[in-house]
Amino acid sequence: MTKPPTDLLLAASEVRDMAGPAALPRVNGELVYESPWQRRAFGTAVATTQHLGLDWDQFRVRLMAAIADQPDRPYYESWVAALERLVVDRGLLTTQDIDDRAAEITE
Amino acid sequence: MSEHDRGEHHRSAELGDVERRARALEQLLVEKGIVDPAFIDNMVEAYANDIGPMNGARVVARAWVDPAYRERLLRDGTAAIAELGYGGPEGNLAVVENTDDVHNVVVCTLCSCYPWPVLGLPPTWYKSPPYRSRMVREPRRLLAEMGCDLPEHTEVRVWDSSAELRYLVLPQRPAGTESLGEEQLAELVSRDSMIGVERL
Repeated sequence: MTKPPTDLLLAASEVRDMAGPAALPRVNGELVYESPWQRRAFGTAVATTQHLGLDWDQFRVRLMAAIADQPDRPYYESWVAALERLVVDRGLLTTQDIDDRAAEITE
Repeated sequence: MSEHDRGEHHRSAELGDVERRARALEQLLVEKGIVDPAFIDNMVEAYANDIGPMNGARVVARAWVDPAYRERLLRDGTAAIAELGYGGPEGNLAVVENTDDVHNVVVCTLCSCYPWPVLGLPPTWYKSPPYRSRMVREPRRLLAEMGCDLPEHTEVRVWDSSAELRYLVLPQRPAGTESLGEEQLAELVSRDSMIGVERL
C-alpha cells in the first residue's frame, strides 16, 4: 500500500543518539538485546518509521510516553507498546488486528 | 482454546505476551507491504555496525586551538568533554596527553572497555586477547608492528581502561598545521591516534 519514499531517509543519528529514558540500551557502546524478538522489534520500528517517511520523533515521543506510563517495565516492552501505538494512530492496523494475530502465535 | 492447548506441547508457556505482540506486529506490517523482512535485517545490521560520529576528533581539535580548554580537558576529562555535549551514562573519561617525550596508549586488559561516547565502537583488534596482553607486556614492539614507531627516548605509558574510567589519548598537533581551523584540524584526527596506536 504505502510506497516507501526513498528520498526521506531517517537520520540515523536521531535513533542512535536518543537521550534520557529513551536512550537505546548499550553496553560499552554496543546495542544490546536480551532476546531475538527485541532485535526484531528494533528493526521493525526503524524500518516502519522510515518506510512511512515519518520523522523519528513520531516514534520517540510514543516511546517516551510508553516508558512514562510504566517506568519499571523492560525497555523493549515499552518499545513494542510505542510501535503498536504508532501503527494504530496512523490507521495501519487496529488493536483488534494485533490481538487476533498475537493469539495465533503459539510457538 | 484448542490451539492454545496444542501449543503447550511446544514452549508456548515461555512465549511472553510482549514477544507475541512484537511478532504479530512484524507479521502484519510485512503482510501489508509496509516493511520488508530483509529491510528489517538491514536496519538491525546497520545500527549494530554504526560506529557513530568520532566526537573525540572534535575534542582533540578544540584542545589544540584553545589552551584553556586543553587544561580543563586534562584536569577533568568527563566535564570538559561534556562541555561539547558528549558523554554517556557509563563511567568517567580521562584524557592523557602525548608529548615529545611521552607516548600514551590505551588498552583494556580485562575486557574491552572503550571511550565509546567519543570514539564510537571499538575496533575488533582492540578486543582481541593478543592486543590486550601484549600491549602491557611489550607495548613498544606491538606499537611498531602496528605501524607506530617511537623514538628510543620516548617513554611509553600504557593506560588500562575500566568500566569506571576510560581513557582518551590527546595526540600531538602535527607540524605545519598552524593555518588550519578547528574543523579542518578535526579531520586530521584519526581514531587510532586517540587510542594511541598511531602518531599523527
